[in-house]
Amino acid sequence: MGESLIRAVDGISIDVPAGEFVALLGTSGSGKSSLLNLIAGLDRPTSGAVIVEGKDLARLSREDLAKHRLHTVGMVFQSFNLIPSMTVIENVELPLRFAEVERGRRDALARDALDKVGLGRRLNHRPSELSGGEQQRTSLARALINRPKLLLADEPTGNLDSRTGTEIMNLIRAFNESLGMTIVMVTHEQALAGQYAERLISLADGKLVDDQPNVAATSTKSSTGGRA
Amino acid sequence: MKAYDLAELAVRNLRESVLRNSLTTIGISVGVASLVAMLSLGIGLQQMATRRLVKSGLFDTVVVTSRRDLRNFNRGDDQGEGLDPAQSPALDEPSRKKIEQLPNVVEASPDLRFITSFTYDDKPHLTMAAGIPPSYRTNDAFEGMQGNFFSSDDAHEVILQKSFAAELQGKTAKPGSDEVPVTELAKPLLGKEMTMRYAEQVDGNRADPPRTSNTEEKGALEAADAASAASTYSIVSHELKLKVVGVTDLDPDSMRGPVRARVLLPLKLLQSLHVVQPTALRDTTQATSKVPTYATVSVRVKDPAKIQAVEDSIKKMGFNTFSMLDATRSLRRFFTILDLFLGIFGSLALAVASIGIVNTLVMAILERRREIGIMKAIGGSDEDVRKLFFVEAGVMGLFGGAVGVALGWTIGRIINAGTNIYLRRQDLSPEQIWFVPWWLVIGAIVFAIVVSLISGVYPATRASRLDPVQALRYE
Repeated sequence: MGESLIRAVDGISIDVPAGEFVALLGTSGSGKSSLLNLIAGLDRPTSGAVIVEGKDLARLSREDLAKHRLHTVGMVFQSFNLIPSMTVIENVELPLRFAEVERGRRDALARDALDKVGLGRRLNHRPSELSGGEQQRTSLARALINRPKLLLADEPTGNLDSRTGTEIMNLIRAFNESLGMTIVMVTHEQALAGQYAERLISLADGKLVDDQPNVAATSTKSSTGGRA
Repeated sequence: MKAYDLAELAVRNLRESVLRNSLTTIGISVGVASLVAMLSLGIGLQQMATRRLVKSGLFDTVVVTSRRDLRNFNRGDDQGEGLDPAQSPALDEPSRKKIEQLPNVVEASPDLRFITSFTYDDKPHLTMAAGIPPSYRTNDAFEGMQGNFFSSDDAHEVILQKSFAAELQGKTAKPGSDEVPVTELAKPLLGKEMTMRYAEQVDGNRADPPRTSNTEEKGALEAADAASAASTYSIVSHELKLKVVGVTDLDPDSMRGPVRARVLLPLKLLQSLHVVQPTALRDTTQATSKVPTYATVSVRVKDPAKIQAVEDSIKKMGFNTFSMLDATRSLRRFFTILDLFLGIFGSLALAVASIGIVNTLVMAILERRREIGIMKAIGGSDEDVRKLFFVEAGVMGLFGGAVGVALGWTIGRIINAGTNIYLRRQDLSPEQIWFVPWWLVIGAIVFAIVVSLISGVYPATRASRLDPVQALRYE
């Protein structure tokens, strides 16, 4: 058996300015999730560069990549990825434990973040006792807790019904608009992307197929400048 | 992550799969328990042996003799290059006091013994009598004694040896027949009076021999060379009434040192009587002082480990010494080896338990693969994950160690109790054969933690290396 290198993301060059809401579109296996993992610093490119906030993630040590994930990016997943043995509030404040924030401040920050996602009750319940929407709100609150500049969302509505999905998408858009967070969202739903994202990037077989601004969504928002 | 957070998360994770982690912890406990039980037994046996030996007076005693003694001439070469025997000091009262003031010396008592006759029931019995210092109260020779030890150091009291007690009552056991129990021998004798005849040594220039209320002068016998005034003394025969307070169980042959006699008197009483000693006659040919000289002085040392130092300083004073130091040395070596082997056997169970820890934690990695991935995705570093698993191993070690010490302590107690039941059936006095010192409690817990941490190295490293992308893909 020879070793074969599969290029999940191949020859893509994108530039996302700060404050932009970008949707990564593509079928499964198109490389959109792999691209997201590269930006998140969960994966490293075999060649090329991933520059976030002026730092090349490909050159960072494992330690510094962990710091990047802790402070610069927040992640939301399709399957929520909450720790089942922890309560809602404990899940939300877990990144603060890694950041070595004092206990008292941790609690206040977590309650504040949960407030922002509209989850004021059931803070001491475990994720399994919550609805899908509540779980995704919890995970959003966790992504926000360290006030990252970049929110990475991997099919955030994939496991939700359309009504809760819309609620979550509205929250994400609100963060983009009010906090000026840069959003990179992976989805395979063309309609969802068209409704919320300012820019649509389509991938197929790891290659860039299409990259264009979404006129419908852009018009509703006054663009804030700056480049990442 | 901060230490407190690590500990909290570790305990939480351990509680999540409480059955598996409890079983692993019990494994550690059993290992620690076997280690503690083994070592406490070893330590207990060593202490028992030391206690026994200290009580026997063999291992904390230095026997001092004068180099002037003729019988020591031939031993001169191995007793060191010291003084010429003729110039060496006399083993007299001032020397004894000097020895007693040496560091680590508890007491230095002269060995006073003589053969004399005791009258009981109007029949005289000739035997060896000796004086014993009050410290012999704790000597194991008096453990099975009927009656009491001397009420004071100069009481007119006497302790009899069992065979002499039998002789007094005409109950001498015939060879082969059953021995008469000491309780039966003691009963008619305790509290009774007997009369000791003894010969007092009265210095030539002293006008009158001292009189004690019980002393009755029978007459004076001139027995010394009148030519030399310094060594002139008279021998005066006396009788002294003594109360029997105790009968010991031991054979005179098995008794040690000053105890090796059939009739025992308080040392101070004996000293005040100035009984003529077998050495006195020989001393008349030498230039003796007015103060009493002794054939031997038994020196008790505070701690058997200090014997060598005490012996050296006594030798420096110009006396010959003898002790059982070499015997204690080999005894100590024996116990060190015994402890080592008991420790190794005890540790085997802990080694098995450590494999259990590795297994539990590796299982935990598989189970918590996704959780590790999540932690890394939201900013947990390799180090955070590694420490978390490490602390989990350490906490299991801590709990296992603590429970294990308690378990080992209980096992030790049970073994001790069982042994004592057996000893009682054999009509032997109970013994403490098991001892758990503080250092063993702390040491065992620390050892359990260290073993657990070492067991945690591999699982923790493996968990920290987990690729978060793969871990999160795994559903």
